[in-house]
This record gives sequence, C-alpha cells and structure tokens, in this order.
Amino acid sequence: MSMQLLSLVEKASLKQELPKFTVGDTVDVHCRILEGDKERIQIFNGLVIAKAGSGSRETFTVRRIVQGEGVERKFPIHSPRIAKVEVKRSGVVRRAKLYYLRDRTGKAVRLKERRTEGEK
Amino acid sequence: MVVGMLGRKVGMTQIFDATGQAIPATVIQAGPCHVLQLRTQAQNGYEAVQLGYLDKPRRLASRAARGQVAKLDSKRQKRLSAAGLQPVPKADCEPQRFVREFRGATDGLTVGQQLNVDVFAKTASVDVIGTSKGRGTAGVMKRHGFAGQRASHGVKKVHRHAGSIGCNTDPHHVFKGRRMAGRYGASRVTARNLKVVGVDVENNLLILRGAVPGPNGGYVIIRETNKL
Repeated sequence: MSMQLLSLVEKASLKQELPKFTVGDTVDVHCRILEGDKERIQIFNGLVIAKAGSGSRETFTVRRIVQGEGVERKFPIHSPRIAKVEVKRSGVVRRAKLYYLRDRTGKAVRLKERRTEGEK
Repeated sequence: MVVGMLGRKVGMTQIFDATGQAIPATVIQAGPCHVLQLRTQAQNGYEAVQLGYLDKPRRLASRAARGQVAKLDSKRQKRLSAAGLQPVPKADCEPQRFVREFRGATDGLTVGQQLNVDVFAKTASVDVIGTSKGRGTAGVMKRHGFAGQRASHGVKKVHRHAGSIGCNTDPHHVFKGRRMAGRYGASRVTARNLKVVGVDVENNLLILRGAVPGPNGGYVIIRETNKL
C-alpha cells in the first residue's frame, strides 16, 4: 500500500520521456546550469557505469578521465536540470555495474562496441 | 479553529521543485479524521477537540470505545432519553484506532464531522509528533553521541566506551543523571517546523520537507507549528 502511495507523489516529478541509454553507453549529458538569472548548457561526456534507484530517485553514474584522473558524476535521471542525454557509442557489457573499470587505465578501459541494427 | 490531524507515515522520497532542486520529502497519509468529542470550558475546564483516525473492527474495540462512537438511536440511548437525560452528541462512526486531543478553540467543529487533509491547505509549516524507532540497548556513542576512544595508541577493547564516570573517594558515588548505555529510541519525538510542500486531498496525502520520527506506517500527530 505504502509503495503505491509513494509513487502517486512521485508521479509529478517524473519525466514523461526518459532518455534511452543503458550501462556501457558513452553519453553526452546536457546539464542546465544557472548563473544568476542566465541559463546555459554544460556537457559532461563519459561512460555510464551504473544505474541505481527507482521512481523519482533513479540515478545514473557517468565516469570519465580528466587530465589522467578518473571523475565520476551521479545524475538524477528525472532532474529537470538534465536537459538531454545523447548516446555517442554503446558498448557490449555483461554486467549491470561496471565498477571494475575503476581499476583499469588506458587500453584496458575499452569496451567492445555494440553493432547497431542497421549494420546487421 | 484548531489545525491538527492524525495520520501515518508512508515513507520518504524526493521530488523536484520549479528550479530543479531536489527536495527530500516525507509523505504522510493524514486523515480522514473523525471528530469524536469536543471539550468545553464549561464542562471540562479547557477547550479541545478529540480526533480519531483509522477504523478499528468492533470486536477489537473495548465496550467504552464502542459506546463513545455509538449511534444516538441505539436501544440504550433511547432508554436514557426516555428517562429525561440530555443525549450526549456521538460521532456515529466505527471505533477508531488512534485517538488524540488537540487543545485550542473548537469553533466551527461539530461531533461527527470528518476532517480532511485540506485543513493544511493554507498552512506553511507543521510540527509532527511520532514515536521514534526503538534501538534496544544502545551504547553511549549511539545513545548520547559520546566520542568513544582511540583506535590505537594503547587503547584495548574499550574503543566504544565512555571515559571516566566520576571522581574517587570524594564524593564516593557516581552522580545521578550520569549518561550511560541503556534503552534508546521508541520514545515520543517532535519534529518541528517542517515545511508543507504539497497537499493531495484526493488521496489524503500530506507532503513535507524533511524527515519525520518513526518507522514507515507509524502513527503521527500533525499540528500547525508554533515555532516561527
């Protein structure tokens, strides 16, 4: 009962159309940034290594390497500040969380690319 | 009029406001509440309203609880009025699981009336009273926020202990009120000044910013805050 009531409250916060991507995709996340009363879009590019949560609390983690240092950012999927998520490449992965990539550097981070429908 | 309500904690979630900020929100199923009784200055020496929340099966209710909400045209009531007794107003509902009083002026309220969550429609913030989660026997670090002792440098097996509990020969006893380990939680806790984020009259839901004491499904008392 309680979960149904919670989802009633969350419904207003959910996005109508969710960006389509999965773990293993390399994505561009378009974030809305407020500077004073001006709004601009900043792009965070990286690999989706995890998705977590459900309902309005669902998040995804994007990992990228900045100046030789690994940087991970967690985004709420339903946040209005996430304008768009563009899939650049999608890799073949066999698990839901790619935390093992944290221990790898350079060539070992590469994922096999998934063939798109058209190429089959 | 008293602005108060009884309810149950549903759980926590997050919602996004107009600027895209995520708000930590507690959802409370508040009401509908029945007005069971009105306390008056003349009869009781103070003014208050007694509310009841959630129907209870009649077989589980005590005779007194059944009588409190009984219909006015019951056999017993008829006999009493035949004897010339003024009938006491009754709520005419099922016995209620959770019954509490709210002090304050009772104008605009009648026994038997149903209150909905829209009493909070114009309220900016509320206080929520609940029973906190019981933690059983807890040590001083969890119970009183003591710092404990060091992990190394000669500390042996007392990492989560308190330090000294008093002096020696003089005064020769431990002072009363010394904070020690013991039962923690499962007590009445008031969370004050929680902002009302939304009111869903259709589903009797009250959405507040911040956390509320107690487990999901725990009973809570909600009233307009007196702290501003």
